[in-house]
Amino acid sequence: MLANHANLLQFFSSVEEVVGRKKLQKMIYILKKNGIPFGEKYEFHLFGPYSEELSLRVDELSNLGLIKETKEDKSSYFQYRYTITEEGQQFLTHYDNQFPDYQEAIRLLKEKSSRFLELVSTMLYFEELPQEEVEDKVRTVKKKQNYTDEEMTQAWEFISSLKKQQV
Amino acid sequence: MAYRDEKLDEEKVFKDPVHRYVHVRDRVIWDLIATPEFQRLRRIKQLGTSYMTFHGAEHSRFNHSLGVYEIVRRIVNNFENRKNWKKEQRLLLLCAALLHDLGHGPYSHSFEKVFGLDHEEFTRKIILGNTGVNHVLRKVSASFPKKVAEVINKTYGDKLIVSIISSQIDADRMDYLQRDAYFTGVSYGHFDMERILRVMRPREDQVVIKESGMHAVEDYIMSRYQMYWQVYFHPVTRSAEVILTKILHRAKALYKSDYTFKLRPQHFISLFDENVTLEDYIRLDENVTSFYFQAWLEEDDDILRDLCERFLNRRLFKYIEFNPLLHVKEMVELSRLFSEVGIDPEYYLIDDSSSDLPYDFYRPGEEEERLPIHLQLPNGKLKELSRQSDIVEAISGKKRTDHKLYFPQDILEALPDDSQQKQRIYDILFQ
Repeated sequence: MLANHANLLQFFSSVEEVVGRKKLQKMIYILKKNGIPFGEKYEFHLFGPYSEELSLRVDELSNLGLIKETKEDKSSYFQYRYTITEEGQQFLTHYDNQFPDYQEAIRLLKEKSSRFLELVSTMLYFEELPQEEVEDKVRTVKKKQNYTDEEMTQAWEFISSLKKQQV
Repeated sequence: MAYRDEKLDEEKVFKDPVHRYVHVRDRVIWDLIATPEFQRLRRIKQLGTSYMTFHGAEHSRFNHSLGVYEIVRRIVNNFENRKNWKKEQRLLLLCAALLHDLGHGPYSHSFEKVFGLDHEEFTRKIILGNTGVNHVLRKVSASFPKKVAEVINKTYGDKLIVSIISSQIDADRMDYLQRDAYFTGVSYGHFDMERILRVMRPREDQVVIKESGMHAVEDYIMSRYQMYWQVYFHPVTRSAEVILTKILHRAKALYKSDYTFKLRPQHFISLFDENVTLEDYIRLDENVTSFYFQAWLEEDDDILRDLCERFLNRRLFKYIEFNPLLHVKEMVELSRLFSEVGIDPEYYLIDDSSSDLPYDFYRPGEEEERLPIHLQLPNGKLKELSRQSDIVEAISGKKRTDHKLYFPQDILEALPDDSQQKQRIYDILFQ
């Protein structure tokens, strides 16, 4: 019952804090690709894989008071922060030990910028293609981001270190 | 003449209740419509279980796909000779419009949930695999199938082309809102599409709307809002879908526990084993699923038989509104009480949520990923729709969620009146 909601809450409980909506979207996508059973469906959007379902569910969790969304005015843009609330932790007690442990994968993801996670998630989206084609594809669909060769190399290394954490 | 430019000797037309006529002149389009994979869409309802609520909603994905093609054909005609429009993209766009829903299976929502499928992935596989559709597209050029798949998948480099098929004001939505309104018989869902098509303008990376067309777009946004809550998320439709999903869960669970079916569910085996091939997938349609639901009425398993009987005879679950936060403890208790009286909560106590966001936009610096609708002002500058329209601003970014809890009231009623568990279940459900 409400397993998808609880699964996301478990993530918020483990991550402690997520800064930025894009980062949240990409973290869940990458974890999903790494075998964590998130139920939210993704499609390709402006910044790569994006889940409308995730965006709606996060809003729902926030409206229910299970997570807290804060919006900070950074003069040229707004930044959103997400943390689990006391009620959220309480809600999770009904779902003891139902979800896999992926603390190390979360630690790796949290350290990275949303720009970098956007690159990683886009690469993972095209993972069925040969490596060279994946890079070409990223350069076509992410023309404006202008990713460097060095960033691409770092992203491949990151994907391979993440795969070691695969559930 | 190259195959891509071949025209039929005379134009073919399909009578259509929404657009009056669907016009086909291109040989490629005509050949695609004739493929088995496209014809299969006749056997998949556009609105899944909505016909249980709105008896007219029996229209198919075939109807809708032709409709999207026709809208795009009209858009392309209007764009001819306009700045930013590349004529050589015409056929690519028409093919993508026609084929955008090719990978939908029967009752997609339930099947995808239970068997971990993704209809977009199957659309791509049908276009790129060894299929009639691929054969036709390859006659245009070796790289053409890939391009069509990329447009549908939204990963094609030319964002203008993608936005015509998929954006917040696209041919897909313009067709399904009107078509679903027509077949369900509801009075929402209507807007002046002719006007919107006339005021659409191609820009470098998206379609925009001339400012004078703003009120027609307002109507379209409101129509979408109404249709989601009045039709798509109707609680009775969701009840039928909950039962359908549980039939699939039950059949899969039985298969996994080595239950011997009286009739081997041949068409479902690779789905149960989660290694479905393209060939198996294409063979699935609603006629096949209905056949098995009928056959499962004869099965020895009480749950599978009961759920199939409910679905086929429209004996649906009742529902109550619930708040997951306030009622989570009661849910746990309800689940225990159901088990105690011999009703398996896994199949007979189901929570279901629906959420929608009618229109969204992002302000500079915000990290939203939905491309907003832009109005083109007389000076050529663009302005995001909700900054110009008070009506759209009122519903922009407003997400709405609805939670329902489904259960079989008839089974509960049949429990002995002196049962303490029954009393407590009723207290929780109807307090």
